Amino acid sequence: MSLFDMKLQDVHAKLADKELKVSELVDEAYARISKVDAQVGAFLTLAEEQARAQAQALDEQLAAGDERGLLFGLPAGIKDNIVTENLRTTCASQLLANYDPIYNATVMEKLKIAQAVTIGKVNMDEFAMGGSNENSSYHPVRNPWDTDRVPGGSSGGSAAAVAAGEVYFALGSDTGGSIRQPAAYCGVVGLKPTYGLISRFGLVAFASSLDQIGPLTKNVEDAAYVLQAIAGHDEKDSTSAKVDIPDYISSLNGEVQGLRLAIPKEYMGEGIQPAVKEAMKTAIAKLESMGATVDEVSMPHTDYAIATYYLLASSEASSNLARFDGVRYGVRSDKADNLLEVYHRSRSEGFGPEVKRRIMLGTYALSSGYYDAYYLKAQKVRTLIKQDFDKVFEQYDAIVSPTAPTTAFRLGDQISDPLTMYMNDACTIPVSLAGVPAISVPCGTADGMPVGMQIIGKHFDETMVLRIAHAYEQAGDWAGRRPAL
Amino acid sequence: MSISIQDVEHVAKLARLDLSEEEKQTYMKQLNAILQYADKLNELDTDQVEPTSHVMELVNVTREDERRSSWPIEQVMKNAPEEDEGQFKVPAVLD
Repeated sequence: MSLFDMKLQDVHAKLADKELKVSELVDEAYARISKVDAQVGAFLTLAEEQARAQAQALDEQLAAGDERGLLFGLPAGIKDNIVTENLRTTCASQLLANYDPIYNATVMEKLKIAQAVTIGKVNMDEFAMGGSNENSSYHPVRNPWDTDRVPGGSSGGSAAAVAAGEVYFALGSDTGGSIRQPAAYCGVVGLKPTYGLISRFGLVAFASSLDQIGPLTKNVEDAAYVLQAIAGHDEKDSTSAKVDIPDYISSLNGEVQGLRLAIPKEYMGEGIQPAVKEAMKTAIAKLESMGATVDEVSMPHTDYAIATYYLLASSEASSNLARFDGVRYGVRSDKADNLLEVYHRSRSEGFGPEVKRRIMLGTYALSSGYYDAYYLKAQKVRTLIKQDFDKVFEQYDAIVSPTAPTTAFRLGDQISDPLTMYMNDACTIPVSLAGVPAISVPCGTADGMPVGMQIIGKHFDETMVLRIAHAYEQAGDWAGRRPAL
Repeated sequence: MSISIQDVEHVAKLARLDLSEEEKQTYMKQLNAILQYADKLNELDTDQVEPTSHVMELVNVTREDERRSSWPIEQVMKNAPEEDEGQFKVPAVLD
């Protein structure tokens, strides 16, 4: 058994009892990376020197007294769109191949306070655009359960690194499902918090009205710990919410007795792989046997969510990515003779095909003459989708659904057909448009590959989402299942 | 609505992208497929629906207008592709 299969509380108990050192945890991470990452491809940049120095300092602190941060000594993988001071941050793009940030994202400052140890930066779809991690401009990530299959995306490196035991936990980002879908594909826990709960300062912006950072972990309790460490208002992100942060860990009481859960029929339709539906039905029966009621409901605008999302997210992306111009940072083309050519050549050489496609789509949707037909229309449909959630939450405590319509597909299967690829986010996108929190928790396998159940809550009701996921996890038989890698 | 090669060229110019002939053809096909799919939004009557630009009730956030220190110039310049005396350097704006 790996050290990283232990729960956080057990790791900390061993550290306190001097049966374990932080340097051993860090050794475990790099040993595992050197053993399996050639197959998995989860890492883009390692921070070994800094991590070992930090481990030594933490071990000295441990020897001197009992004071420990919330995530003390835990090896972390950080998605490469979260900026890290003096640690290369590429967004898996060639355009940022040499970008060495001079500041930390707020979540990194919070991890520092919590005393987690950054092991390195993990792979992703370029600028977080994609659902398979095949859009990394460096190398694809492979699913630790079957290396012929994708890990999902865009936080594919985060999910794979946790599943493969290369790190204890990871941070990812989720715009339309980019934490939850890879968590489902890789058999780990992934939480997308409510929009605004966690500061986006230092998260390289893709779609600013949707982006949110969140944890990927091996179990629900650890996700609660990481959330506790990184949630909260930040004056550097004016869209971060001024809300009281509850004690997430103490809300995990193992109880779902009397809770009212809804399963929308639109999330169990014909697009859902039969084996995924079966796993979902078994999970629902389990929740019912634990005392929850589960009713079928309808969320009639679900089918419009993907079109809405791709218009809105691409529009926001085309605006956000305008900053990459080869002037202040990033790679400048050496084939440019004047300023306009610097912009054109640097962007054309630096961006990959999916990023260009979304910039093109978004620029078109925002361009004169099409704004009302596409962008404004999508914003209005977003209202209808959000109202679907509001209505269900008037009567129910949470919504459950599959996290993704299928299990992980094979590398190369969908890469040439963007629209098919976009359908993998059918169950996660509506949640992002509504801005509500959701977690993916493993709920069995289909043909040997992990299946995820999505649990969706009201705005800022992470405690409910975590509580249900935790209770389900405790009652289920998933815990301890690991890829054979 | 369908996108022509001229539309693709116009949008690429707005987005400051140079596309090869092959890329233009590919994006024309793919954007048409995506927008054709997006046309399903027109099944919905949204005349009386307010747009959502943001899920939170947002008001302007301001702070006191007081002087704060900024980043040291040499740090800011660390990632500059080209710099000169603490300023970002670019080729001629006009030929």
